[in-house]
Amino acid sequence: MTEAKKYPAPVTNPETAQFWEAAKQGKFLIKRCTACGEAHYFPRSICPFCFSDKTVWEESSGEATIYTFSLMRKSPTGPYAIGYVTLKEGPSLQTNFVDCDIDTLKIGQKVKVVFKPTDGAPLPFFTTA
Amino acid sequence: MTIKGKAYIAGIYEHPTRHAPDKSTPQLHAEVAKGAIEDAGLTKEDVDGYFCAGDAPGGAWPMVDYLGLKVRHVDSTETGGCSYIIHLGHAAEAIAAGKCSIALVTLAGKPRTGPMPPRAAGAEADFEAAYGATTHNAYGMCAMRHMHDYGTTSEQLAWIKVAASHHAQYNPHAFLKEVVTVEDVINSPMISDPLHRMDCCVVTDGGGALIVTTPEIAKSLKKPLVRLIGHGEAMKGPRGGKDLDLTYSAGVWSGPRAFEEAGVTPKDIKYASIYDSFTITVLMQLEDLGFCKKGEGGKFVADGNLISGVGKLPFNTDGGGLCSNHPVNRGGMTKIIEAVRQLRGEAHPKVQVPNCDLAIAHGTGGLLGVRHAASTAILERV
Repeated sequence: MTEAKKYPAPVTNPETAQFWEAAKQGKFLIKRCTACGEAHYFPRSICPFCFSDKTVWEESSGEATIYTFSLMRKSPTGPYAIGYVTLKEGPSLQTNFVDCDIDTLKIGQKVKVVFKPTDGAPLPFFTTA
Repeated sequence: MTIKGKAYIAGIYEHPTRHAPDKSTPQLHAEVAKGAIEDAGLTKEDVDGYFCAGDAPGGAWPMVDYLGLKVRHVDSTETGGCSYIIHLGHAAEAIAAGKCSIALVTLAGKPRTGPMPPRAAGAEADFEAAYGATTHNAYGMCAMRHMHDYGTTSEQLAWIKVAASHHAQYNPHAFLKEVVTVEDVINSPMISDPLHRMDCCVVTDGGGALIVTTPEIAKSLKKPLVRLIGHGEAMKGPRGGKDLDLTYSAGVWSGPRAFEEAGVTPKDIKYASIYDSFTITVLMQLEDLGFCKKGEGGKFVADGNLISGVGKLPFNTDGGGLCSNHPVNRGGMTKIIEAVRQLRGEAHPKVQVPNCDLAIAHGTGGLLGVRHAASTAILERV
């Protein structure tokens, strides 16, 4: 079901273009602030914690655990699982769980990033590790 | 500086419709405006402040023109369903500062008749829009984590709907008037785990309006006196993904601000209007506002504790969004209106709280599990 789903291409902008360029290479980037040391997601040029402009790109391991999820039983494109995962590097982010049995998802389960194509840059999703 | 006691709610009106294919959205705004102005015993020419949110077609200036208002203060703060609770506080600020003396707040729209216009994209759009966050699954994610962390059960959530349905049976305008049981709720179809169909609010056309004014003007009118004595607002989102915790809402900040300004505590509250987009919304907000400890909301709402005349904290005695009305998918306006009815002694006799002199109206707007605002109003009968 998820394989056939068509995802919208990211619009991208000067602040996030590097994220999407890296995604085309299969790399999942996060931002880290060199002033306060905190990592964040989605990427901003100004750190949302200390407001420093000393933020740099960092490649994430793509390894994460499920913080929460909800299985949407009906939609025009079929059932899907939305959730939040917490990356090994710290930040949590919203995603969908794909290429796995969404009926058996559990909070705390290990997952990893996987990219899905669009008409533009590919989008990050997570699947069971 | 405080707004405590500086603004009174002198007029309220809830549109009786729940399905309005034969009316326009501006028309519904005009009808609720007319209703609230007449309830206050005022005329349109008296209104000198106007407040509206994202449901007002084109925003404040087309509405002011369409309604034929002549105002000296406008505010179109948009925070989803709690916009109108925020407007109430902002109207009090404007009145206290002398920027207007009779403020009109309107809400209206027709989600039951047709789809609502899409929201403008935020900074997060490329990083979230594809994942299909909807109201159902965004609140489902909160409920799933709340159950994981605190052992909250579907049966406990169901009690919130059961209580709302007990109240709705007495409301002739309620969209759903049938009394339901815990079993009915947990046996209704699963929509987005762990939320069942009966954990979800109704989708209705309609609207509501308020007139907020000065103490002097309110006292010159004929309605029982209801004043705002405390107000708070706050926002919460994933904020870069640090320390994500979906088991609490921005109510943890808006609530204490309002209680502190009012100089009262949750124990003093006789009636509570709590936004009920979903059962989990109520449970989390009761915890966040301090009616019980975090994680104990399940126990607090069980066994009819929210049913008027039965439990300790009568809530949403009009049937709320779960049963009566959820105009434009925004519950804040009707929360204020039912709180004012209770304070005036105008609620249905079967659900009227005896000697109701202190009430809370609280709501959230946006998506609880993604980004949202919250606002809390403490109202007192004088």
